[in-house]
Amino acid sequence: MHPAPSIIAFTTLSGLGFGLMFWLGIGMPGSTGLVAFVFFAIAYALAGGGLIASAFHLGHPERGLLAFTQWRSSWLSREAICAVVTLAVMAAYAIGRVFLAADWVPLGWLGAVLAVGTVFTTSMIYTQMKTVPRWRSLLTPALFLSLSLGGGALLAGQVSWALILLPLAGMLQLAWWWQGDRAFAASGTTMASATGLGGIGSVRAFEPPHTGPNYLLREMVHVVGRKHAIKLRMIALLLGYVLPVALLVLPFAHVFGLLAVISHIAGILASRWLFFAEAEHVVGLYYGKR
Amino acid sequence: MTTLPDRTERKLGLVIDLDTCVGCHACVVSCKGWNTQNYGAPLSDQDPYGADPSGTFLNRVHSYEVQPEAGAAQLVHFPKSCLHCDNAPCVTVCPTGASYKRREDGIVLVNEDACIGCGLCAWACPYGAREMDMAAKVMKKCTLCVDRIYNENLPEVDRVPACVRTCPSNARHFGDLSDPDSDVSQLVAARGGMDLMPEQGTAPVNKYLPPRPKDRLDQTGEIDVLAPFLAPVTDQPKGFLGWLDKALDRL
Repeated sequence: MHPAPSIIAFTTLSGLGFGLMFWLGIGMPGSTGLVAFVFFAIAYALAGGGLIASAFHLGHPERGLLAFTQWRSSWLSREAICAVVTLAVMAAYAIGRVFLAADWVPLGWLGAVLAVGTVFTTSMIYTQMKTVPRWRSLLTPALFLSLSLGGGALLAGQVSWALILLPLAGMLQLAWWWQGDRAFAASGTTMASATGLGGIGSVRAFEPPHTGPNYLLREMVHVVGRKHAIKLRMIALLLGYVLPVALLVLPFAHVFGLLAVISHIAGILASRWLFFAEAEHVVGLYYGKR
Repeated sequence: MTTLPDRTERKLGLVIDLDTCVGCHACVVSCKGWNTQNYGAPLSDQDPYGADPSGTFLNRVHSYEVQPEAGAAQLVHFPKSCLHCDNAPCVTVCPTGASYKRREDGIVLVNEDACIGCGLCAWACPYGAREMDMAAKVMKKCTLCVDRIYNENLPEVDRVPACVRTCPSNARHFGDLSDPDSDVSQLVAARGGMDLMPEQGTAPVNKYLPPRPKDRLDQTGEIDVLAPFLAPVTDQPKGFLGWLDKALDRL
């Protein structure tokens, strides 16, 4: 799949932002006043910024309100609703914490649950795709959720939780890569089933329907990005998981915390880039490609 | 609503004969011609006369080489457009309700005025049947020529999809696949019509007829009735050539 920068930025940053909102919502940290304002501002910048980045991906963002209508069937619609409701609920909760030094616990918990729900709906947009076997696994939502909560804990200064959740996310990342590398073969979709010609003999793409590129090849059959996959996996693992955990284990200093956050974001961006670049859509089979 | 209808009254669709398709791409051209001037936004091209041309098509013809275990390889031309699936994954993922499957005839359509151009439906389709138009920024797909098949301003013979009307080798057939007595259903039954990627669970309405067994190219001795008449009548040259042949042999 084409690794669109807007989608990579959206899923990475808003995942972190909603993760931070979860911790703020359950009162960890339970700061008030200016400190709370800074925390909520970071959470809103990440979550809201990610949402705005995703709008750049749309052909007609001016019709965006329609995306709130199809929650009965569409995970994308559910995500849009969850995201906006979370931002609204947490805004009300933040007013209490920042301006009134009040902790409206039920509201905070509601916002926390909604924040996790938003990340879950995001992950389900990918998980539901039967056409992309690498994504179609319960490990996908598990990875997205653990990353969001782990990264959120890192941002929220919940070091002990981050030290549990980030290694967990790293383990899920490895498991996701492991099963993802086998998913396409396990899906059973081949050139033989795509063309129905497998009963005659072995099928080879002889001539594509068009001499130039097209939307399908640009969007779904992006093979260039896989060239450095192994190196990028190492970078993602080191920067996203190993280095932040190492920095958190060191005696506490704000500069280490900041470095851990920057390293984590860089690593997760690399991981998310691979999430798309390595994802093979079954339509590539019609072109004899993966 | 982008939930699928629990059932459709008819299943209008295509039956594509891989045995008779000659790969001429006439269906591709007629499809582009009709659909760029009628339903919805035109099918745009980008850089059509330049170095890097590309464009939106609702129907494309692939060609495959199939190599049997024994015998000659076969070339199969393979037209592909929307299969108007009963269990269309492109419809349910749509966040705006722009994608829908019609209860009355099963045709899958896009309401372009509601399409936000997110591209998720194209991701959900295993067949590559949906293409985003780069000029209009909305999703385009085969409409089964919904503006032809019910169009009483057209002569009755033209009330079929443009691709079917134009196919010079009769490789494309249009009809109601929910009716077991329809021509297309009988064709599917007689020729062993098949689904593409059945394991994807899309339950496509369009069916493909597999190529018939090919000529026995590797068994020419058995079928070549003219061979006895064409066999060389003499293998020994006579006269001057015969003398030359013998003289050269002796050297």
